[in-house]
Order: sequence, then C-alpha cells, then structure tokens
Amino acid sequence: MKKFSKTLALALALVLCVGLLAACGETGTQGGQQTQTPETPDDEGAAAVVIKIGGTGPLTGGAAIYGNAVKNAAEIAVEEINALDGIHFELKFEDDQHDAEKAVNAYNTLKDWGMQISLGSVTSKPCEATSAETYADRIFALTPSASSTAVIELDATADPITYKDNQFQMCFTDPNQGSASAQYIFDKGLASKVAVIWKNDDVYSQGIYNTFVTRAAELGLEVVSDTTFNDDNAADFSVQIADAQSKGAELVFLPMYYEPAALIFNQAKAAGYAPAWFGVDGMDGILTLEGFDTALAEGVYLLTPFNADSTDARTVAFVEKYQARYGDIPNQFAADAYDCVYAYYQACTAAGVTADMSAEAVCEAMIEQFTTMSYDGLTGDGMTWDVTGAVTKSPKGMVIQNGAYVGLD
Amino acid sequence: MKKLLSNRNLRSQILTYGFVIAAFVVLQLVAAGGGMSSSLKGMLVPICAYVVMAISLNLTVGVLGELSLGHAGFMSVGAFMGVTAAISLQNAVPAPGLRLLIALLVGAVFAAVVGFLVGIPVLRLKGDYLAIVTLAFGQIIKSIFNNLYIGLDARGFHVSLLQDRTNLEQGGRLILGGPMGISGIQKISTFLAGVILILVCLFVIFNYVNSRTGRAVMALRDNRIAAESIGISATRHKMTAFVLSAAMAGAAGALFALNYSTVVANKFDFNTSILVLVFVVLGGLGNMFGSILAATALTILPEVLREFQDYRMLIYAVVLILVMLGTNNAKLKSLFEKLRPRRREEQS
Repeated sequence: MKKFSKTLALALALVLCVGLLAACGETGTQGGQQTQTPETPDDEGAAAVVIKIGGTGPLTGGAAIYGNAVKNAAEIAVEEINALDGIHFELKFEDDQHDAEKAVNAYNTLKDWGMQISLGSVTSKPCEATSAETYADRIFALTPSASSTAVIELDATADPITYKDNQFQMCFTDPNQGSASAQYIFDKGLASKVAVIWKNDDVYSQGIYNTFVTRAAELGLEVVSDTTFNDDNAADFSVQIADAQSKGAELVFLPMYYEPAALIFNQAKAAGYAPAWFGVDGMDGILTLEGFDTALAEGVYLLTPFNADSTDARTVAFVEKYQARYGDIPNQFAADAYDCVYAYYQACTAAGVTADMSAEAVCEAMIEQFTTMSYDGLTGDGMTWDVTGAVTKSPKGMVIQNGAYVGLD
Repeated sequence: MKKLLSNRNLRSQILTYGFVIAAFVVLQLVAAGGGMSSSLKGMLVPICAYVVMAISLNLTVGVLGELSLGHAGFMSVGAFMGVTAAISLQNAVPAPGLRLLIALLVGAVFAAVVGFLVGIPVLRLKGDYLAIVTLAFGQIIKSIFNNLYIGLDARGFHVSLLQDRTNLEQGGRLILGGPMGISGIQKISTFLAGVILILVCLFVIFNYVNSRTGRAVMALRDNRIAAESIGISATRHKMTAFVLSAAMAGAAGALFALNYSTVVANKFDFNTSILVLVFVVLGGLGNMFGSILAATALTILPEVLREFQDYRMLIYAVVLILVMLGTNNAKLKSLFEKLRPRRREEQS
C-alpha cells in the first residue's frame, strides 16, 4: 500500500508538472514574454526602428511591489510610444528578486537577448551590481529608482570621486532626499524637536538618515530621539515610539518604505501618540497597501517628486490608464519608469538612433544626449543630468488628506 | 571485499576529479569558440562557489552526521573578510591572481576561527539542539555584519560596531559600511580559480574521510556511545571536521563575493543556508559527486526557467519535489542499479 501511494504521488506530481509546462508554453508564446513589439512592424517596412530596452527588478519576493510598478509603467509607456510614428521600443523585464546575484544573472539573460539600452535595476543594491556590468559592457543605463550614490560612482575612494560615464538616475539620490527633507521641515516650520526611526540594515534608509541628521544639525533642528530597527524585528515598534514620545518629539521622520511605516502609525495610535509624521519617497504607496486603514495616515507629510492627484494632463492620463489596467494608483516608482522610457524616446529621436546600431554606439549617443538635454516628465519639468549621472529636479511636498495625496505648494 | 570497497572508493574519487576537470575543459573550449551565452558565463563562478559550499556542508551533514543550518554564516565571514583583505591589498599586491589567493586564504582562516569558536558550545549538543544553535549562529553573524564598520586609512584598520565611529583620515576608505555592505569591489574571481578551489576542497575531503580521523568521525556518526567506549574523543574529532567545513565555506564566500561589485550581509541569510542544505540532501548525504551535480543543476535551473516568467519559482519547486521523490523511489533506484552492471557484480 505504501509503495502504491508513493508511486501515485510521483505520478501526480509528474502530471502537475507537465500540465504546468503546457500552460506556460502557451502564455510564453502569447506575449507572456513581457515584450511589447509593435503590432504592425511590416507596415513601415525596413525603415521601422525598434530599439531593445531591458531592465531588471524584483517581480517576486518582498520588494515585488516596486519591480512590478516599474514594469507595468514601462509597458504602458512603450505601448504609447509604439502607437506613434518614429522610433519604436521592445521591452523585456526580468526578475531579480532584489538580489545582486540574481540581478547579474537577469542582466546576462537580457544581454543574450540583444538589449541595446538598459533601465538598470529597480532597487539599489542589485543596481549597483548590474551597473558595474553595464559599465564594463558599454551599455547605457538609466535607472528609474535605484537611488544609492554607489550606483553611479565608479571609484568612491578617488579624490575627486570618479563616476561611471554611462549610468544615469531618474530618481533623487538618497543623500539628496535626506537633506531636502530636513530643509523642508525647517523652511515650513513643521517642528523644532524631531525624532528619527530608521532601518539600520537597509542602504536606502541609512543613506537618507545620514544626510538628514547632518543637515538638521546645520539648520538647528533638534533630533531628540534616534532609534533603529531591522529586518528581523520590523513588527514591534513600541520601544521606538515610546522613546520619541517621552522625549517630546513633535515630528517623527520615517526614512523607510511604507510597510513598516504602516505598523508604526498603527502602534503610535494605540500608544496615544500623535506627532506630525514625515516620510520620503518610499512612503508613497501606503494608501494602496492592502488592509491598511488610511485614516491612520491622515496628515502624513511626504517629500516625493510625483503626485498621482496632480491635475496635469499627462499625469491624469497616465494614472487613468494605469488604474484601468492594473487596478491601483501608480506610485512614484511607476512614474519614474514611465519617465525613463519617454526620456529614452526623446534622446533616441534626437540622436537618430537606428535599430542596427550596436549597444556601444547607442551608449555614446545617449551619453551625449543626456548630458545636454532637458526633459519634461511626470516627476518634474526641466530635468537635467550632469556628467555624474545624477538628476536635477525639484521634490514636491505632499500631505495626505482624506485618504489622498494633496500637494503642499 | 575490503579491497574491493577501497577500490570503489578510489574509482568514485577519480570519477569526481575527472568530471570536474572535464567540465572545466569543455566549458573553456565552448567559451573560446564563442558558443557560450553571457548568462552561462556569468554563472560559472557562482556555481563554483556553491559547489564548494555544498561539498563542505556535506562534510558536516553527510560525514559528521550533524545537521547544520547556519552554513551561510561561514560563507558570510569568508566573504566579508576575504573582500576586506582584497581591498586592503589593492595597491600592495597588484597581481589579481595572487590577491585572490590571499583573499581566499584570509576568508578561510577567519571562517575557521569562527567555526572553532562556534564549535565549542555547539558540538556539545546533539541532533535538533545542534541544528537550532547553528541556525541562531547564522542569524547572529548576519546581524553582526549588518552593524559592523571597517575602515582603512594611513594609521591602519578601524573597526566599530552599531555606528560609524571609524573617524578616517583624509584618503581613508570605509570598506565595510554596516547595512551598506561593501561597494566598489574589483571583480577578480575567475572560473579557473573556482575550479582549482573545488579540486583542492575535494582533495582535502577525500583524504580526510579516508584518514584515521575521518574513520573516527564516521564511527561517531554511526554510534557515538560505541565509539566513545573504545576511546575516541567525540569533541576533538567532531571539531576538526566542523572547522574544516567552515574554512572551506569561508573560501567559497570570498570567491563568491569577489565575483560581484557589491556584497551585503542579508545575502547570506537562512534561505542561503537552506539552499546549500538542499544541494547536499539532493546529491546524497556523504556523496561528494552528487553534491557537485546538485549544486550545479539547482543554480542553473532558475535561470533556465526564466522563459516561464511568473511560473518560474513554482516550476522550480515542483521540479525539486519530483527529484526528491524520484531519487528516493525504490523502483527507480533499482532501475539505476540495473543500468550499472559492473557495480552489481561487485556487490554480489
């Protein structure tokens, strides 16, 4: 009997596997490849220019929300561009599970596919690893959201610091966000006593924290409470909240992603503590978090370059399209990705890039374009890039009112 | 019978060495001919690192018979210390090959020291307790590296915990920045170095297992009380195997980390330990050749499955279950035995 059930189990597993493979084979051929090829490339004959764009990001795992937002928005942008005349794009997005090793594997897969320009990686550490590869292989990369400075730096120990010449960012660097937040709090007179809760095993959080504290000290903002958490104890914040409360902080600065922030709001309410809250771009997305009571986030300030409630015509159109297709409001990552693809469109058109150009030739043309052009997008007008690859644009202050982001300025 | 047995051991050893060398030669030829995809090329060094991880853990789990759930901790020690050594020597030792060798040795030595320290309390425990303590050790190592800052300037090394208090002089370099990990690593790992490391580790393990100490360790594994009754010191013999295993994991960690431009402590978490344990279990306890095959196959598999998109990890899991069921199925096993007539003769 035992033998029989074992054989049965084996047979069932086999059937399941074969079934899966069959199902996947189908989706694989029906555009499951995550590529957006122009529907009628033959109409334009041999003159049709199709540039291959590749990118990696976490489509599965804990950080999947960012990777999927980027992928979805990039797909929308590519589809819109392919409906126009002129340059067309083909997009392929690979999963890196927010891991440097997998990101390099994913990047190599894209290279085999024939990627000509890259969207880098979505998250910082993986992007640091892939940017070393794109730099060595001379493939131009513009990352929507990897905000660590190590992404664009070539040698941080050199004096002055040298930068990778073909790595560009669409988002602010982390240090930039930290000092901008301190400046904003000071300029608007939001508080004089500030608490900071940050995640000490996260590059993003620490990068913002470091410059925030430095800038706050320069401006005379008093950081009364400074507490940390990490991956393994990101469930209970009672100690951190009690510390901020007992030291009389009027504002709590939260340089982190929104999942822990949601828990902090909840636990602070339970503790009867109601300071002003201030977040950065990682806070964006909290209102769409499943099971989160948006009333808890009422009055939260955040500094982010993108506002989904903007009345700007392009933003409205993008948000509508995104919502119709994917069911939720696009966050800042999505907007950055959308901008990346359109920035590529503008640069490729201006440089007259053709489909048969090698990645290296495209790279040289893109470096020239990006360091000289100015781009208007969803996340800011008149964006420019300097030779280091960092973007110049102005962040927008937002506050959450009645479950929606409202611009402060 | 005894002679035959030792012959068979020798044969399986030669087969293992031969397989590794043949795989290396074939892959080098394919790469030279330009027939290798970037995807496979990029995976060669990580595969070597995982193979070394698998055979070193096989020494603990298969030969020593103790379940260790914190093997990634040793890899982490080797990775961070090896990379720190490589960065410090960037100007002093310009030859990348020599620098890599030093980094691997430094990684191995530090991991061995940590293995010794951890081994003192751990090897006094048995079974489940030992597994749980090694699990905790892996977490502790991860936490330490997430809070450790190492800087280097003209005055030497500066180390601090929790906060960056290294106060480096002008021109100094913060090598390890806590949660930021290490950035800007020069990639000096090569496939050749990886294959040599595998061969050295295999040589050490095969000779260890066939040595006096190795036989004592296996006697302890099979029956601790009986072994101790004839005067075999359990702690001493277990310790040598455990430290050896840790040292090899340290070298693997250094090889792995020097293949990427960045490394963070969170990479070497519980999942990585379990992944390596899966290699060992799948390849067969005590079977080094099996570990090599399993580590290689399971590292390549997720990449090959990329074309299945969203179903990738699901298929990976199903394949894993299938292989586990398949290799343990009595009928299939007897089928494999029938395919190997020579071996059957020996047994009869």
